[in-house]
Amino acid sequence: MTKHFLGDTAVLLGRSLRHIARSPDTIVTTAVMPIAMMLMFVYVFGGAIDTGSDSYVTYLLPGILLITVASGIAYTAFRLFVDMKGGIFERFQSMPIARSSVLWAHVLTSLVANLISLVVVVLVALLMGFRSSAGVLAWLSVGGILVLFTLALTWLAVIPGLSAKSVEGASAFSYPLIFLPFLSSAFVPTDTMPGPVRWFAENQPVTSIVNTIRALFTEQPVGTDIWIALAWCVGLLIVAFSFAMATYRGKIS
Amino acid sequence: MTAPTTSEPAIRVQGLTKSYKTLHVLRGVDLEVTRGSIFALLGSNGAGKTTAVKILSTLLKADAGTARVNGFDVAKQAADVRESISLTGQFAAVDEILSGRENLVLVARLRHLKDPGKIADDLLKRFSLTDAGARKVSTYSGGMRRRLDIAMSLIGDPPVIFLDEPTTGLDPQARLEVWQTVKELARHGTTVLLTTQYLDEAEQLADRIAILHEGRIIVNGTVAELKQLLPPAKVEYVEKQPTLEDVFLTLVGDNGHNRNAGTNA
Repeated sequence: MTKHFLGDTAVLLGRSLRHIARSPDTIVTTAVMPIAMMLMFVYVFGGAIDTGSDSYVTYLLPGILLITVASGIAYTAFRLFVDMKGGIFERFQSMPIARSSVLWAHVLTSLVANLISLVVVVLVALLMGFRSSAGVLAWLSVGGILVLFTLALTWLAVIPGLSAKSVEGASAFSYPLIFLPFLSSAFVPTDTMPGPVRWFAENQPVTSIVNTIRALFTEQPVGTDIWIALAWCVGLLIVAFSFAMATYRGKIS
Repeated sequence: MTAPTTSEPAIRVQGLTKSYKTLHVLRGVDLEVTRGSIFALLGSNGAGKTTAVKILSTLLKADAGTARVNGFDVAKQAADVRESISLTGQFAAVDEILSGRENLVLVARLRHLKDPGKIADDLLKRFSLTDAGARKVSTYSGGMRRRLDIAMSLIGDPPVIFLDEPTTGLDPQARLEVWQTVKELARHGTTVLLTTQYLDEAEQLADRIAILHEGRIIVNGTVAELKQLLPPAKVEYVEKQPTLEDVFLTLVGDNGHNRNAGTNA
């Protein structure tokens, strides 16, 4: 049964990647919103924000990357929802395949689609003046953290993808995730925020992830932030994965 | 793994029950389907037909009772059952974004068959979809979609095929096409269990019919046997009017063949 897991996952991954290749608008729309935010913050608000750094776009980019992932996984939930609704999910589950490869193919597709969107956003940021002297190792670390973050949010997206009753329901969960970076150090330093807001901002996952990526980009020491960031990502990944699998088992026996 | 014995019926269901919270969908279903026959599960909406099919195709677990398909227990030997069956669900389970041919290749690959391209081309031809093969399925008519759906279920020649309301929502011609396909399947030795809410469909196709009502099989027999349940035929003289279906099919001049060039429904 599981002897076909890799082969079946590869076939189903090929299928979903073909979906993306045929509707590249999903990648474009994923990237457009974060790019619009980046334009607005850099060219409208940026001049009035004092972050203590030389380049606001460089300061801003880590948060924008997280917003990109948060909006990208809405499509993961959407694609899964369409499969559930259309009956093709049941067709696959009634076939002699490794059943879990249906989910894994969606998860890997989400990873590929989000990485493409992230590259697009970084390229736009470069055009807007983002510069980093970070070396290969630092870039790999940034990539690794973003992959981990994407996987965690993707498994989170699997839950509404499997259980939503409508398209809106399948993607609505991503709105609070997109909003979360606003209550963090992504756009402004947390120092000026009033007590409770500041406490929340400094102790929610986005801040530690943003600070880590920012430190890596600017060749600053990452300090303890990187461990807090990794702990958040791995913890979220484990919790989301467990709930997603429980939802999956409830759907298919 | 116990190998299926040919003497065992293709499907054997005993005392099957299934409830969703307080809703008792199946209350003890028993039935047997002979190999190579067409068996119709007839019932109104909500009678439990789809639930029964889902249990038989290993998508749902029964609360109690046993079900064997092709000699394999659906609960304990689910993987073997899945090797033996194909499910054509209530809604055409096709990938809208892929082309018809890509859909067939996908299923052939997932069944780990050799030469998926050839399998796809053969089926496109058999189901008169060759011309539409390269088109995205989202441009197909309802009938074409259903044909593709059934074609996908035939890949790998599974000995048992479940068709859940295969003609619901189809126009009369597409319905006739599906009927022909089903009859042909049984001629080649495939066991077909189909659910339907149309009495004429069961009468046209099935070797045996079981009526599922409120979660139980209330009768089970051949069409002739079921007809004997009522008082003997009365002889009445009536003017033979053409049915509206006769009129429709005559006017559009089509008996269900040569529908290669369907367009958007």
